[in-house]
Amino acid sequence: MNKLWNQVDLSWQWLTASGQWHGEESIPHRLFQHLLYSGAALLFAALIGLALGLLVGHTGRGGFLAVSVANIARAVPTIGLVLLIVTVKYSITPQVIALVALAVPPILVNTFEGVRGVDPETRDAARGMGMSEWGVLWHAELPMALPLILLGLRTSAIQVVATATIVAYPGFGGLGRYIVDGLARNDYQLVVGGTVLVVLLAVAVQLLFAALRRFAVSPGLRGSARSS
Amino acid sequence: MITFEGVTKRYPDGTVALDDVSLECPTGKITVFVGTSGGGKTTALRTINRMVEPTGGRVLIDGRDVRDSRPAELRRGIGYVIQHAGLFPHRTIEDNIATVPYLLRWNKKKARETARELMERVGLDPGMAGRYPFQLSGGQQQRVGVARALAADPPVMLMDEPFSAVDPVVRGELQAEFLRLQAELHKTIVFVTHDIDEAIKLGDRIAVFRTGGKLVQVASPQELLSRPADDFVAGFIGHDRGIRRLSFIPAAEAPLTERDVLTAATPVATARAAGDWVLVVGEDRRPLGWAATGALPADGVLGEARLAPIGHTFTVGTDSVRAALDAAILSPSGRAVGVDGDGRLVGVADQHDLSAAITAAVNAAPEPADTEPADTEPAAVAEPADGLAPVDPVPVDGPEPGEPAPAEPASKDGVPD
Ligand SMILES: Nc1ncnc2c1ncn2[C@@H]1O[C@H](COP(=O)(O)OP(=O)(O)OP(=O)(O)O)[C@@H](O)[C@H]1O
Ligand SMILES: [Mg+2]
Repeated sequence: MNKLWNQVDLSWQWLTASGQWHGEESIPHRLFQHLLYSGAALLFAALIGLALGLLVGHTGRGGFLAVSVANIARAVPTIGLVLLIVTVKYSITPQVIALVALAVPPILVNTFEGVRGVDPETRDAARGMGMSEWGVLWHAELPMALPLILLGLRTSAIQVVATATIVAYPGFGGLGRYIVDGLARNDYQLVVGGTVLVVLLAVAVQLLFAALRRFAVSPGLRGSARSS
Repeated sequence: MITFEGVTKRYPDGTVALDDVSLECPTGKITVFVGTSGGGKTTALRTINRMVEPTGGRVLIDGRDVRDSRPAELRRGIGYVIQHAGLFPHRTIEDNIATVPYLLRWNKKKARETARELMERVGLDPGMAGRYPFQLSGGQQQRVGVARALAADPPVMLMDEPFSAVDPVVRGELQAEFLRLQAELHKTIVFVTHDIDEAIKLGDRIAVFRTGGKLVQVASPQELLSRPADDFVAGFIGHDRGIRRLSFIPAAEAPLTERDVLTAATPVATARAAGDWVLVVGEDRRPLGWAATGALPADGVLGEARLAPIGHTFTVGTDSVRAALDAAILSPSGRAVGVDGDGRLVGVADQHDLSAAITAAVNAAPEPADTEPADTEPAAVAEPADGLAPVDPVPVDGPEPGEPAPAEPASKDGVPD
């Protein structure tokens, strides 16, 4: 108990030390790097996953292929990705691409399933009332698939935020820096502090998506959609 | 007027869903498609708004080929109601109803005002405008579906089994309200159902489809009942089609008498001289009840005697013989009481009077086919024929005949549920 309290106390001291809040090595700067990489990866992943998922879900063509590929990609062990990231040192681009590869499958699969799950009668009614194909997608399928899409985005976002720590190994900074340095120097205060920051970031992502869900998903759907 | 000219639909897998169908759905009337499951009713309906493209023939609305319009634009001008309503779960009721107005880029305020007006029209409380579909019962959702189809006031409405997913009581209400609405709006309606009773109740004209996408007969309800084109149609209508026909004979055809009708002020002694039962009426000629002459008190007037309830009366002028017969069967005296619109006695008829009237009406029935231009009814003029041989409809050619106005002996209100 005492030991644990010691740890908490140490990380608190570490977090609140004035040196942590200014300059190149500071928490805000590292957080900014971390968010930059994660955000970029998530943005590209969302563009790819949403576009493909909506297209495949709407047309109903190539669904099996897309989901299979996405699931195979998911099955590639994260360790492989980690190794890739750790060994490539010349540029941040491959690192971000690796994160994108990690983030696309949940978004793609959930978007596809969300659109495909739209009641065929509702889709038929939308068309029958004179919506164009874009209209059907935009006014019917997308809003109805939104709960699942947000779920996919959230899964990806948390994975990316957690995995982005390892870009610190090849020297690209981010919150992982603290963990890597701490491990190298046997400085547990640093390791725990860094981990706490990553966990806090993940919690923030959760909260962000909970808020997004409240804001963006129609109350007419909230009753039925899965929320966890 | 919606015209089918030799419309055929063959799906890529070889299924023939429509086989050379020629048919006219007159303007301002309800045309009902009935028939066996898989008979092509839905397919036929969906060729009208191009949700299905025929592989042969063409469909015209007021003489214009539907293929001349872009599908989305065409559909915005045609109301569309389907079985489970197909409402948008993520939109409020008013936004669901305003779907087409939004597509037509009306301003939002006007669209929502229209939506609320329509809610009242279809019997929904406008206070529900902000609710979501999952908060409504099936019947209410169906009403929203109808309101949504009416929102941009399209001249044509397509309805695919709109009332079949609700319980019989709600269905009856929806049907009655639908007829009331149509009496105000005079839309050109194509209505699909597999329920022959619904078809007879709602249809101005009925088109019977049969497996393989064949149109077997097009006729008015009474003609369908009296002259089914073949055994298939006869079988489809069912064995009680004789009883159903009574719905189309006006009760006014039966002779009504004032025999054994006495006022409440009549002395009991006078009443005893009448038959077994006397009908007691008030000063204003409203029927009060039946008095059994064998069980009258020793003295006093009829109004003080114990009266058996009348059960239900029938309205002379609007009700059919079917309603009158029903009233007679349920009456303690075996006689049906006919009243006018205000509930005042017109006369009494017993079961013999009614059956004589029925026999006379059936024998003297004007051939319904005579009342309509023959070339709009290609299948109907065929003889009730040799078993299963389908009757091929003849494609319509030549100038459009005027809007057929079938003579209807009894109004729709007279058709019992
Ligand atoms: N997309 C399709 N591809 C192949 N066959 C189809 C397709 N849609 C319908 N059919 C077939 O066409 C035939 C007519 O179908 P349709 O839906 O028009 O029948 P229906 O009269 O409306 O039947 P129900 O009363 O069951 O609704 C059926 O045999 C059906 O299986
Ligand atoms: Mg159908």
